[in-house]
Amino acid sequence: MNIVVCVKYVPDATADRRFESDNTVDREGVDGLLSELDEYAVEQALQIKEKSDNPDDVKVTALTVGPEKAVDAVRKALQMGADEGVHVTDEAVAGSDAIATSLVLAKAVEKIGDVDLVVCGMASTDGGMSVVPAMLAERLDLPQVTLASVVETQGKEVRIKRDGDVATEVVGATMPLVLSVTDQSGEARYPSFKGIMAAKKKPLETYSLSDLGVDAGEVGLSVAWTEVTETNERPPRTAGEIVKDEDGSGATALVEFLASKKFI
Amino acid sequence: MSEVLVLIDHVDGAVRKPTYELLTIARRLGEPSAVFIGPADKAAGAAEAVKKYGAAKVYAVDDSDIKGFLVAPKAEALQQLAEKTSPAAILVTSSFEGKEIAGRLAIKLGSGLITDAVDVDADGSTTQSVFAGNYTVKAKVTKGTPIIAVKPNAASPEEAEGAGTVEEFAVTVSDSAKKAQIVASQPRQATGRPELTEAAIVVAGGRGTGGDFTPIENLADALGAAVGASRAAVDSGWIPHSFQIGQTGKTVSPQLYIANGISGAIQHRAGMQTSKTIVAVNKDEEAPIFELVDFGVVGDLTTVLPAVTEEVNKRKG
Repeated sequence: MNIVVCVKYVPDATADRRFESDNTVDREGVDGLLSELDEYAVEQALQIKEKSDNPDDVKVTALTVGPEKAVDAVRKALQMGADEGVHVTDEAVAGSDAIATSLVLAKAVEKIGDVDLVVCGMASTDGGMSVVPAMLAERLDLPQVTLASVVETQGKEVRIKRDGDVATEVVGATMPLVLSVTDQSGEARYPSFKGIMAAKKKPLETYSLSDLGVDAGEVGLSVAWTEVTETNERPPRTAGEIVKDEDGSGATALVEFLASKKFI
Repeated sequence: MSEVLVLIDHVDGAVRKPTYELLTIARRLGEPSAVFIGPADKAAGAAEAVKKYGAAKVYAVDDSDIKGFLVAPKAEALQQLAEKTSPAAILVTSSFEGKEIAGRLAIKLGSGLITDAVDVDADGSTTQSVFAGNYTVKAKVTKGTPIIAVKPNAASPEEAEGAGTVEEFAVTVSDSAKKAQIVASQPRQATGRPELTEAAIVVAGGRGTGGDFTPIENLADALGAAVGASRAAVDSGWIPHSFQIGQTGKTVSPQLYIANGISGAIQHRAGMQTSKTIVAVNKDEEAPIFELVDFGVVGDLTTVLPAVTEEVNKRKG
């Protein structure tokens, strides 16, 4: 069985994230890392491998698209236990929107070939659109089994629990398919020392767009199907009033505040 | 005037409030045509509801063949409608399902997609709040039919009588769209409180509740509010995940957000920072949530909240 897990290199959410002058996300000047939400995808891919009848026959490939540094996301996945890595990097990719990103990912999945399962996180922690798994499924013409909080596999059958907007659903489909998992699916493991050492010897391929048969004119900022016209830092919220509660004074002050704003 | 397709967000025919917000926004862009994908016998009722918010047409798509499948058939239905009507834009609710439908539709139509819009102008340009609310971004779709997923509470619903003419629309759904099957569905238990993402007031609890949400619930009921929670409270098993506010839970943008015993980690802020008025009650005066608040009380929620609840109830008479 071939599993591809898509991982994204994102600016650290706890750092001071910002935009470049062309309104793209600054991916060079801010420390980056494997998107936390993709760690859950790596974890589930590894668990599916480990729980299968013959784990040695299951190959987990970590795939990323991004600048040079983005390879760190693949490395982290290899340290966690993925078998191989693929890094698609090409100057033309910079500024790609979700539509172009899903094209590059789909072509890379096809290049890896014979893939039974594509696993993604529920969203990135930077763009956060949450649409790439659905777009990948659309491009690969595969069923999507997305936003799983519980994943069960039996041979080629996949069943998930999905906490939808108005109902909790059980969704089933047969591989090949695209799976996305939420942060409820299970804590992601930390790389062990042994894992970190082993990762250094694991195969890691680098592809350019032409290796994938993608025309540079199909991706990047200039052909994006959406245009960001402005990015503005939100003005800091004006400092509010903060009171210390002493013998019930806090409750009284809060009630007065709510009344002054006409909430009561 | 060109049509603007609005996908009706409903539960078994009962139209949800975000749909009225979408219709209100759609009127800025053109003439709203609502799309009802659901049981044939519920279409008339849904049409009655949406015509009050300006729907000129209501396309009724019978879902009896496609209801048991996830997302993909709805995207195909919208694609076929878009090809027939050449709309000026397509609006959906920016829920997880709405965004997935929009994502597939964007690829099918070769059209640009914007998600999580908190506002849409008459020229179709949108406003989004990104990086946990630290930036606002203006964007527009530059290719194809703009597909815009709009967050709940992006506009206040404004009534306007529309013709509401129901047109049945037959869709042909491919076999490949019928591969991810919903084998069981358990509707969310009704709490008797407003739905979290739609509520005007949200009262949320975190680690500081110590697991007892009673003070949170009582205050919520006094204010007619929804109850929410931080990830810490959900991870501790105190409250189901469907109550979680934050990056991996729900995003809320109410008129009033009251955070109780919530420290205010960046992941939580991402889900509530666009609330109009923010109030916090927390024992720890260093809690980062206090950087966001319009009003904060440094104190113990187990004494402050019951006192507030009592006073609110008294004033309501």
